[in-house]
Amino acid sequence: MDPSRGDPEGVKRERKGFQSRTLFLLMLPGVAYFLLFHYGALVGNVIAFKEYVPFDGLWGSPWVGLGNFQRMFEDAAFWDSVLNTLWLSVLQLVFYFPVPLGLALLLHSLTWSTVRRFVQSVAYLPHFISWVIVVALFQQVLGDTGLLNSGLSGVGLHTVDIIGNPDAFEPLVVAQVIWKDAGWGTIIFLAALAQVDEQQYEAAAIDGAGPWRRFWHVTLPAIRPVIVLLLIMRLGDILSVGFEQMLLQRDAVGPETAEVIDTFVYYQGIVGGDYGFAAAAGLFKGVVGALLVYAANKVAHRLGEQGVYK
Amino acid sequence: MSASARPGWMEKPRPLTQAAKALALAAVVLLVCVPFLVIVSTSLASTREVVDNGGWVLWPSEPTLDAYRDIFDGGIVTHALGVSAGVTIVGTLLSLACTVTLAYALSRPGVFGGKPVLLLVLFTFLFPPGMIPSFLLVKELGLLDSYASLVLPVLVNVFNLVVLRGFFQSVPEELYEAARLDGAGDWRVLVSVVLPLSKAALAVVGLFYAVAYWNSWFYASLYLESDHWPLQQVLRTYVVSGAGLTDATTGEATVTAPQSVQMAVLVIATVPILLVYPFLQKYFTKGVLTGAIKS
Repeated sequence: MDPSRGDPEGVKRERKGFQSRTLFLLMLPGVAYFLLFHYGALVGNVIAFKEYVPFDGLWGSPWVGLGNFQRMFEDAAFWDSVLNTLWLSVLQLVFYFPVPLGLALLLHSLTWSTVRRFVQSVAYLPHFISWVIVVALFQQVLGDTGLLNSGLSGVGLHTVDIIGNPDAFEPLVVAQVIWKDAGWGTIIFLAALAQVDEQQYEAAAIDGAGPWRRFWHVTLPAIRPVIVLLLIMRLGDILSVGFEQMLLQRDAVGPETAEVIDTFVYYQGIVGGDYGFAAAAGLFKGVVGALLVYAANKVAHRLGEQGVYK
Repeated sequence: MSASARPGWMEKPRPLTQAAKALALAAVVLLVCVPFLVIVSTSLASTREVVDNGGWVLWPSEPTLDAYRDIFDGGIVTHALGVSAGVTIVGTLLSLACTVTLAYALSRPGVFGGKPVLLLVLFTFLFPPGMIPSFLLVKELGLLDSYASLVLPVLVNVFNLVVLRGFFQSVPEELYEAARLDGAGDWRVLVSVVLPLSKAALAVVGLFYAVAYWNSWFYASLYLESDHWPLQQVLRTYVVSGAGLTDATTGEATVTAPQSVQMAVLVIATVPILLVYPFLQKYFTKGVLTGAIKS
């Protein structure tokens, strides 16, 4: 298999060609995967300009031009899903985003490393739990007969209607995201905080700066780039809110409250069989999403940050 | 708290601040742990105790494994557990193999086609193909209702690829040179130099893949008939949506499964994650991830 083994002259002679041939072959399975399942599927977006006829398949189905997009722009349910998506994104930005930051500052301020590491381990864990289990856990704790309501009625208080109640859906969704990902979200802040030179704090303290001024003048400048970067990335991703999370709970509260663009695509296409129409909505989201990520990255560069890509 | 950990310049913490911090930390730990405690306890309680208590138990008075016995009796859940385990093991191995080889090739300078391939890969990050075209592709490829449909469409994860590539690039160039002088080709360098040095990164990426395969349910709901479902999709249908479990022997739908059985399914779906978690946790400290996230 290795013709040049133990033959230094041969190594030199064969090196260039042999090496790149091996590397090229090693690259092939991965490249084939990306070409087929990403670019092949990307090409499949032509269905957005067709009316899918199961018998004729993807390529045989008749073209309808921009008909699917026209229907989509005139569909009130589509715009409802866009508004729901944007609203849930904004809610998460306002109520979820500060939590990992606060938690990271709290963890970073702990001087007892055993406790810090223990709390970190516990807080990271929910990130690895599937959405199915997270939703089931919330049902068990906050449902009609769950932990919270049993406790409330046990002490003679009114029970609260949370699971399956459209009015409580928004806080519930944000609470789930906080429970699942706030701990994991601290990692990037903790990494930034760990890079601050201890001597800067010491110098500031010797100069008479109290904890608040040290926070303002040493800590905050160190993590500001990370905060800006994450905010911009989140804005670029504003058309996506936890698809699995929404899909699992949409039926319980109804589409008026829980339909987001991704679930709209799912219900129109996979459930309703209207593939062309659903693909049009998905393509719309993909194009706008890519433009937003691109724009967000440009803004990040403009602000002198590193951005997501160069 | 040990005073030695506090640097000399820092003020002595005020008791009130300390108390508030302790309270916040306790709240974080309890919020994460109590739900798990409730499901484990309820799964171990007798049906009567669960009903008497109104649907859940914080601490079972007479623990019983009845619920688990029901589940492992060879019904739907037993089968789903096998499917999940199989897909997770095979999927993780295949994913690791394809990710390692591609990451290694892309980490070496001057490989033919390396630059365009890297761009090709990174572009998919910006523009994912979309649910409907992916579904139709799987359908056209004849993969519907095959376990391959849970693995092949998600074979290589771009994030994991970038993590591994970054790690391979950090292997000192001198080691490559030395191996080459010993007459090793690129394949030998990968197997006997690069991979042994990258154990931590391989462990993290492998565990990421395993967790993703184990937790996956949406593709199963898209592509598979219900008798081939993995555990998470079974869990979704019978616990989250509250459908009745079908009796495996008679094929008849029974009433909704007893609460303790539902919770036992939940526990079984969670336990593998809890088991691999300490290993995953061990490698966080090695900076593999923070380095990758930063880049």
